[in-house]
Amino acid sequence: MNASLSRRAPAPLMEFLGGIRAEMPILLGVIPFGMIVGLLAMEAGLTPAAAQAMSFIVFAGSAQFISTQLFATGAPGLVIVFTIAIVNLRHALYSASVSPYTRRLSHLWKWILAYLLTDEAYAVTITHYQQEGDASEKHWFFLGSGLALWTTWQLSTAVGIFLGAQIPASWSLDFAGTLTFIALLFPTLKDRASVGAALAGGLAAILAYGLPLRLGLVAASLVGIAVGVLIEVRLWKSG
Amino acid sequence: MEVWLTLLAGGLVTFATRLSFIQLFEKFEIPSGLKRALRFVPPAVLAAIIFPELLLREGVLALETSNFRLLAGLVAALVAWRTRSVVLTIAAGMGALYLLQGLF
Repeated sequence: MNASLSRRAPAPLMEFLGGIRAEMPILLGVIPFGMIVGLLAMEAGLTPAAAQAMSFIVFAGSAQFISTQLFATGAPGLVIVFTIAIVNLRHALYSASVSPYTRRLSHLWKWILAYLLTDEAYAVTITHYQQEGDASEKHWFFLGSGLALWTTWQLSTAVGIFLGAQIPASWSLDFAGTLTFIALLFPTLKDRASVGAALAGGLAAILAYGLPLRLGLVAASLVGIAVGVLIEVRLWKSG
Repeated sequence: MEVWLTLLAGGLVTFATRLSFIQLFEKFEIPSGLKRALRFVPPAVLAAIIFPELLLREGVLALETSNFRLLAGLVAALVAWRTRSVVLTIAAGMGALYLLQGLF
């Protein structure tokens, strides 16, 4: 590989480290959340091993949070599994969204990246995929952001399980996550149609907030996508 | 024992959801209409996460100036728009929030 080629396609290590770096600010908000989920799992009566295994096996913050409440009330296992399935429905949307970029990867890569496909990893990875430049090594960026989140999630739930949740809410660390999403939103607003998709998705999320099990996020996203497509079709017809 | 089976099933169903379209579109060509729609997933999802965080307090619309997260979020949005920098956006947003919390 000559010098000009290697400059256009950053080495896997550079992409991997870039993914970790992009994930960092979101981790600030994930740490207190993970501690709370770990603590709640203990209070729900799970053994430390089961509480930690939940982070390892399910690896989905919102779903784990709701599951601990169900475990605490003694809900049947099937109800808990069904609830997890609904809460994580939004991940099917992320799966479709990254699929054009993962097509050529091996099965092992697909399985690892699917396991790591959380809200937090998706947000930084898809915006990176959509930037200009050679995408041939960007799955390493995906892996870096996913593993950074995974490691932080395992450790912070472990701290919650064994030490409890000790970060005061007044530090507002979760707000760092929201701010990161704000920073990631602007580069996706490339034209009138994508601005329309964002506005519609955001407003629909306010209206649909009362829906249980994070279905509001799924519904709002679908509304946003539909509005984006409609605007694009209209512009195309009139232009 | 039931706890472990529940966790295992919950993990499998989560993994299957995340793998779904990644696996499906390996063999099949993604329909062009769908491909076009997928472009709008990031702006729609990100805004759908952000708006309630800033505009709602305990599930209720809070457009008043005492909603510090909304004010700090607007400052951050301005910085994000002008600079496209994640670090500056977070610094501005957290700074604004702490300042407001300290002053009022």
